[in-house]
Parts: sequence; structure tokens; C-alpha cells
Amino acid sequence: MTVMKKPETLKEAVTHYCPGCGHGIIHRLVAEVIDELKIREKTVGTAPVGCAVLLYDYFNCDIIECAHGRIPAVATGIKRVHPDLVVFGYSGDGDMAAIGTAEIVHAVNRGENLTFIFVNNAVYGMTGGQMAPTTMLGQKTTTTPYGREIKEAGYPLRVSEMLATLDGACYIERCAVNNAANVIKTKKAIKKAFQNQIDKKGFSIVEVLSQCPTNWGIATIKSNEFIEKEMMKIYPLGVLKDKGD
Amino acid sequence: MAEKVLMKGNNAIAEAAIQAGCGFYAGYPITPQNEIPEYLSKKMHDIGRVFIQSESELAAINMVFGASAAGARAMTSSSSPGISLKQEGISYIAGAELPCVIVNIARGGPGLGNISGAQSDYFQSTRGGGHGDYRLIVLAPSSVQEAYDLTMKSFDLADIYRNPVLLLSDGYLGQMIEPVELKEYKKPNNLPAKDWALTGCKGRKPNVMKTLYLVPPESLIKHNIHLQEKYGRIKKDLCLYEEAETKDADLIIVAYGIAARVCKGSVLKARKEGIKVGLVRPITLWPFPEKIISQLADKAKKFLVVEMSMGQMVEDVRLAVNGKKPVEFFGKAGGWIPSLDMVLEKIKELK
Repeated sequence: MTVMKKPETLKEAVTHYCPGCGHGIIHRLVAEVIDELKIREKTVGTAPVGCAVLLYDYFNCDIIECAHGRIPAVATGIKRVHPDLVVFGYSGDGDMAAIGTAEIVHAVNRGENLTFIFVNNAVYGMTGGQMAPTTMLGQKTTTTPYGREIKEAGYPLRVSEMLATLDGACYIERCAVNNAANVIKTKKAIKKAFQNQIDKKGFSIVEVLSQCPTNWGIATIKSNEFIEKEMMKIYPLGVLKDKGD
Repeated sequence: MAEKVLMKGNNAIAEAAIQAGCGFYAGYPITPQNEIPEYLSKKMHDIGRVFIQSESELAAINMVFGASAAGARAMTSSSSPGISLKQEGISYIAGAELPCVIVNIARGGPGLGNISGAQSDYFQSTRGGGHGDYRLIVLAPSSVQEAYDLTMKSFDLADIYRNPVLLLSDGYLGQMIEPVELKEYKKPNNLPAKDWALTGCKGRKPNVMKTLYLVPPESLIKHNIHLQEKYGRIKKDLCLYEEAETKDADLIIVAYGIAARVCKGSVLKARKEGIKVGLVRPITLWPFPEKIISQLADKAKKFLVVEMSMGQMVEDVRLAVNGKKPVEFFGKAGGWIPSLDMVLEKIKELK
């Protein structure tokens, strides 16, 4: 029987995440990958503004907390100074789909050798459940009380598809953590995204569809179904770009 | 005397940065500072250092944030509207106590303003500029040579105090061509080790760079007090200014940068006509050389502040004079530059 241990890359800490939140799962997957690749002591993480801002309280590696949306620029600065370190970004949908769109587009376009985890939960969690650009049509949030309507708030933004059109993108895959099978697939994708950086292949992004039962206003089990039935219709899983070798 | 070369102000800053070991530059083009990124794009590349033309000023300052956090000597440059855009990042860098050099080749404002030299960014430079209680060390050159020298000094001061340093020049000084002695950079021996840098946690505990202080509730107050103590130390240590003809002066002119250079000419000409006038030229705009001004206020009868703005530094002079003597202002914003005779006329009017 295999006894599951806490990854060395995770600190002994209780997270502040809500019950049923996907961040805890995704943190663990990233930490397991860093352990398995034996890169903890040469890894620098860049923490976002959003629910994952306290990344440094949970991750046992060098971390810098960035201004909202600026992670790709900060990560660029670190990586260019230390090309042999492994630098990863951990972003939400505010960072990647709204305030930091310029930074992510250009970091990808420059082909920076970085690894990004993009957690898409279709809502702004930390600020209390406002609309994100990734919020789905009809979805109720604290700033779309009648549900997101096209005429007022436009369409859900597919960031990964958009970034996949850029020549600088090496590998982009969309995964989900709504069930065990998808969690395993997500880990595989994250591992590949880190390995790509070690192999100096360029920009890799793993978008992860993640639960936010608190701000969706639904039960935790239902939120797993919500990812499957609602989010995957707009954000289908799969590899969007893979330059391979 | 050492050999001198003719150099544009902007190029002198770029060359000094290279000499001082700047390992990382990021910036976005804006007139009248474009010679800095242009110069660095070639030279940094040729010697294996990092140059990035960023997608915006926001990105540039955040790249500098990352590079500095990684332990490199890092710099960005821009001109007034671009410096406004960088304020968010500067606040984070100041809050995280990281060293870096920011060059402002200031132009007229507000808004797009124009591309002439101006001194309208004094408030923004000396009061922090972004959100929160923080200070930048602000150095203001008045010649191409001084721009070269102060750029080198900026990197040292940034490292010594773990604080961003702003070199506040302007479009006239940036575009001006003058002879410069390309002095060799001498690294001070009191530079602290960058044991806080993000280099991977091999053999040590992880380093964390952050500006968020949520718990315990008093932690942000403590952090701000810590920052204020540092600013207090800087105020005690650092005060640079030039003084001319002040000893017996009835009228003291206070001016900085290119405006001060004009004023110096006016003072010397007035002296020839027997007018007792002197000049104080602050070189550190923050910390402001308030002590010398306060001392002079005991002897002199009047002060005249000359600025290429609608009156910004004049407020610091009034604070330093503290009501002891009248403080007059002469200046305009928007690309105006005083002439020697204009200031001389003002001197005669006030004497």
C-alpha cells in the first residue's frame, strides 16, 4: 500500500481556502511535480493578487508576490536574470483574462521560458464573487445580479485559445480538477509544463477549470458537476498548442 | 586632466549605468528619453546583459521588480507620462524594499503635455508618487557630467538603502550634448550582501518578497514604521547641494537641475553689478537640503525659487524657511526655460 506523504514543496500550513475550492488540489499537484522533478531548490514562484496571493504561506520555495496582472512581467525579470532557475506563475482569471492581458500576451509572444498555471473559476473569488471575463453567459455574480448578459458585459473570454495563436507559445493545455481522472490529467499537464521549461522549450500554460462553490453559491459536489456541465461547454478540455520538440 | 568625450545627456546616463554594473534594463519608448533604450539595446546585448523593450511602462517597472528581486542591478527609464504609469510598480518596489534605478527625463504635463523639458514632476518624485507612505531617493543633475556621475551613485544608494532611486532629469538635459569625463566606476565597499534575493532556496530557507501584510493586524503598521526609520536614516546620511555666493547674500535663489544652471549665470552676472545674491542648488531633492536653507534664512533677507513648473519645490523651500523670510516664486510650466537675463531682471526687482 502506498502511503501518501505531504510534498516537501508544501509547508506545514492550513490553507485559507474555502471548503470545496480547487486551489488546494492545484497547489498539491504543482508541489508534487516540483518534488518529482527535484527542482524545489531552484524554483521561484510568482504569486498573484487573488485567492492565491498567500502562495508563500503554502509553498516551500522562493516566492515573490506581484501586483495584479503583472506576474508575467515580474517572472520575465527573474527568469532573464537567472535563466537556470525554474520560474512559475500561478494566476487567476483576473490576472490572465483582464488586468494582465497585455503582460501575458507579450510574455508568451516573446517566448519567455516560463511555466504558468492559470486557474479559471469563472469568478473573482477573493474580492467576493464579482464577474470575471471568464464568467459564463447567464451566470450570476455580485456584479451581474441578473446573470451575465452580452449587451452589458460581453462574452466569456477564452484566454488559452487566444494565446495558442501566438508563435511564442510552446504548450497550452486546458484541464480540470472536478474529478479524480481529470486531476490525474491535470498533474500530467503541469509536469509537462515544468519539464518544458527545464528543457528550455519556451512558454507553457496549463489552464485549470476549478471550483468556487462559495462564490458560485452552490454545494461543493454540485460545483464539480457545474465544471463538467457548464464550464466545459465554453472551455473544452484538451491540448490547444504543443510545439513538441 | 582626463580625456573628455562629447555626449548627449541620455547617452551619458546609459553609459554610466553600464559602467555601474546595471545587469537588467526594461523600458518602453517615449520622447525625450529614447536615446537611453537605444544606447542600451546595443551595448547591453553586446556584453551579455539583459535589455527588454517591454510592452508598456507597467510591464517595464514590473520586470525591474522581478530582476531586482532576483538580485540584479536593474534600471528603467521613461519620461513624465510614462513615469506616471510606473507608479504602481514603484510603490510595490518601495514596499518590498528593493533597489532599482528609475530615470525620468521629464517633459511638460499634465496629460501628454509636450516633449520639451520641464520640472513639473517634482511633487510626484519627492512625495512618493504612488500609493502608500514611501519615499524615493531623488537625485537631480544639472549637467551631462553630473547625469553620468549621479547615475553611478544612484545604483550604489539603491543597494545601500534597499530603496528605489529616481534620477530626475529633464528633456533639455537629456538632449544636450556636452563634454563628459567617462570616469571609471568604483564600487563602494559598504554595499550590503543581497541575501534576500530570489535565487532558489538551495541550502537556506525560502526567501519571500511581498508587500501584503494582513496578519497580525498591526504588522503593516510595524512595516510602515520600519520604512520610516529607514527614511529617517537616509535623511540623516544623505544631503547633496551646491552653494554659490551665499555667504553675504541678501537674496538666495533656490533652483535645481537645468534651471539652477541658468540661475548660476544670473547670480554671477548680478554679483558683477554689486548685487548680493547667492544660489543654493539642491542635488538631492529627497532628502531635501532643508538645513542649509533654514540656516541661510537666518542671514538672508529674501528667497527666490526658480522652477520650470507652476511652483512645486517652492513648497519645500517655504517649509525649510518656516516663515522666517519671504519666499518668492518665478516660473512657468509647459516647456518654458528661464534665460539668464530673465532671472537677472527678477533679482533686480526683488533686491
